[in-house]
Parts: sequence; C-alpha cells; structure tokens
Amino acid sequence: MENLDYNVHPPHLYEGYKSTILRSPTKPLIPVASMLKDLTMPAFGESVLRKWDNDLTKNGQRNGEPIGERIKLSGKVMDEYGRPLKQVLVEVWQANAAGRYIHKAEIHDAPLDPNFLGAGRMLTDDEGRYTFYTIKPGAYPWGNHYNAWRPNHIHFSVIGKQFEHRLVTQMYFPGDPLFDFDPIFQSVPKHARELLIARFMMDWTEPEFALAYEFNIVLSGSNKTPFEQ
Amino acid sequence: MKKLRDTPSQTVGPFFAYGLTAEQYSYDFTSIADGLLVNQEGDQAKVAITGCVFDGKGNVIPDAMIELWQGDSQGKYNDERIGKDREGFWGFGRLGTGTQRGHKFYFTTVKPGSVEKGCAPHINVILFMRGSLLHLYTRIYFDDEPEANKKDPLLNLIPESRRHTVIARRVETGGLVEYTFNIHMQGENETVFFDVKN
Repeated sequence: MENLDYNVHPPHLYEGYKSTILRSPTKPLIPVASMLKDLTMPAFGESVLRKWDNDLTKNGQRNGEPIGERIKLSGKVMDEYGRPLKQVLVEVWQANAAGRYIHKAEIHDAPLDPNFLGAGRMLTDDEGRYTFYTIKPGAYPWGNHYNAWRPNHIHFSVIGKQFEHRLVTQMYFPGDPLFDFDPIFQSVPKHARELLIARFMMDWTEPEFALAYEFNIVLSGSNKTPFEQ
Repeated sequence: MKKLRDTPSQTVGPFFAYGLTAEQYSYDFTSIADGLLVNQEGDQAKVAITGCVFDGKGNVIPDAMIELWQGDSQGKYNDERIGKDREGFWGFGRLGTGTQRGHKFYFTTVKPGSVEKGCAPHINVILFMRGSLLHLYTRIYFDDEPEANKKDPLLNLIPESRRHTVIARRVETGGLVEYTFNIHMQGENETVFFDVKN
C-alpha cells in the first residue's frame, strides 16, 4: 500500500523565491487547532455573481472577442475524504494570452487585450463542482533572478467551509517546460507538485470550440477534527 | 478511509488586486468584500481597525491583502450567506494595502463580543502577500479588555513577551474609536502567527 506524504505545502521561507526572505515569520507558528472548534468561514450567496463572472472570454469584452486559445476549466472542491464542498466561493485571476496582467503596476512589455480582464468567480454546485471558460494565459518574465519566467498559471482563491479550509494557490498546465526553473512552483515538495497541475480532458473538450482541463481542489480540515459522517 | 492530500498553497502574488479587491483599486470588476464589515447606515456603534504590515527591514508592505472575520457585538458569527445587498452586520472584510496613504489598511466594523464565556473579544485575521507562499493566521485582541485578555485560553498559549503583538491599541481620534494593529513579519515585535490545522 502506497504511503502518502501529507506534507504538501511550501515552507514560509524558500530562499529561491527571494521575496520570502523578508516576508516570512522567523518564529514557529503556535498550534491553536484545539481552540478553534467549529469555526466556519463566511458563505456567499448567488447575488455576488454577475452573469458572465464564470466566463472570462466574455466578462471583459468591449469591442470583440479576446485573443488567444479558448479553454474550459472545471473541477471539484472537496474535503480530505472526497466529500463535495458545495456553495464554496472560487475566485480566479490570470494574465492574458500574451502573458500580460491588467494590473496597473505590471510593467511587462506585452500587449493588453482590450477584451480581456482576466478575473472571474463562481460558487460550487451541489456536487462541489465549478466550471469556467477562459483564455489560456501566457508565460511572463519577473524580477526574481536573471531571465526568470513564470510558467503559465491561473491564480485561485477558495473560501471553504471551515476556517482552516482557506486556500490561495496557482494552477499550472501539464508539461510546462518552465517548471524546472520556477522557484514558486519548486517551493512545493516534489511529491506534491502534481497536485497543482491541471489534467487535460479530451472527453470534456467542446468540438470546434474549446479544449478542456480538470483541476480538483482538496481542502483539509484540522488534524484534530475526528471524522464524522 | 484513505485521506486525500490537500491542494498545496501558492503565493497570492503581486497582481491580485483586479481579481480580489477590484473596487478598492478601481478596476472594472465587482468585489465580494471590502473594508466594511457592517452596514455604515445602521445604528450600531462602529470602530475602525487600522494598521500597516511591515517586512523584516521595517519597510511598509504595499501589496499585502488582509481578511478579517469576526462575530458581532454579541460574539455571534454571521451564518447567513453574504449577498450583494449587505445589510446589518456580516463580519467579513478584505482589503489590499496598496490604496491608502502610508499603505495603511482601514476597516470599519463593530467591536466583537465574547464568542463564548472565558474568551476575550477578538477578530480573526488572514494575511496574504507576494513573498508569502502560505497565508498566515493571527488574531486581533483589544487593549481595553485587560481582564478578559488575562483569561483568554488562546492568548495564554502565547509566551507573555509576545502577547502584545496581537493586542490592538485603542486610539481616540475624535471620530470613530480606532484600534491600531500593526503586523510585523519579523524582528523584535514579530507578530504571533497561528497554525490552525494542528
């Protein structure tokens, strides 16, 4: 029987990613799980969603379609026992097809797309599933070290049920040649990196329209919470 | 039953603003939360929670994001779904540190009551930033609750010499009662952060 290593998160200090050096705590965290009991996170209602919030190919349109490869992304949000987490808020943001973020402080010399914002959100359904359409993001350079490039990725923020379910992460695409050179991706223990990579799903592609990927998200509870049915 | 592995955490990065705090930063997208945890029109007594986040060199961090989550004046957490038309008290806020002078954050809320007997009033804080691969949890306690703070079981887990790092200071501004809560990532006054899974 395979022994799974549950230590999947990056450390706070990872020197290859230089910004962690002055921004990570130097003292050990204080364990408080036993004090939190059943503290939940806030839940959000359908009214925080607008019509095209789950379609990034549409929610930034001004005078036409955004440029790039249209893709569909879907996955389940679940707890560590595989139970679906429904009505969970999933927020996403990303660069456009040219590798340019719409953020005002972004200085990368690649074109903005007037028809692409790059942000969206959705609530998971009763099966814990979210689905959105977007444009495949491009790679972009950053200042961490000489000739540093980020692999193509989409940022995710997930507000789960329990307080300790909160997750912010980045989803990557299979086979990216930049994995070996990216300290943010490399900060995750080697055995767990596959958990950040979406799976190409031929069965889910929409003929003549979009390729599809699956990215499931697992949010575990406190290690002190016993399993309850 | 075999447990699944968590999805690993990654940094929020420098460019979260147009996705997570769009209205605060004037992007053409809506926000699900901002600096208000209570409806400003209501008649509940409001307080402000303000401060800055400092790095290991003592420089202010201009691209952090802070979430607050707290109970109401009776210590009760909102268990209704938060919608677009926020009324009364909902208790969740989210701000980036990139829009106010001095890179301060400024939340408007009510001072929470005790969640349960023996616990001091407090606000949960979740902190994200470029350079943070894994978000951090801390709490805001209040310096005008010395008796309750003395008995609070979680506060008592913290070595006495570090307890002051999670206690906000009350400041009278003439307007709202304001509590100052600065977060120090490192150094002499390094804020106490919590492991909420263990």
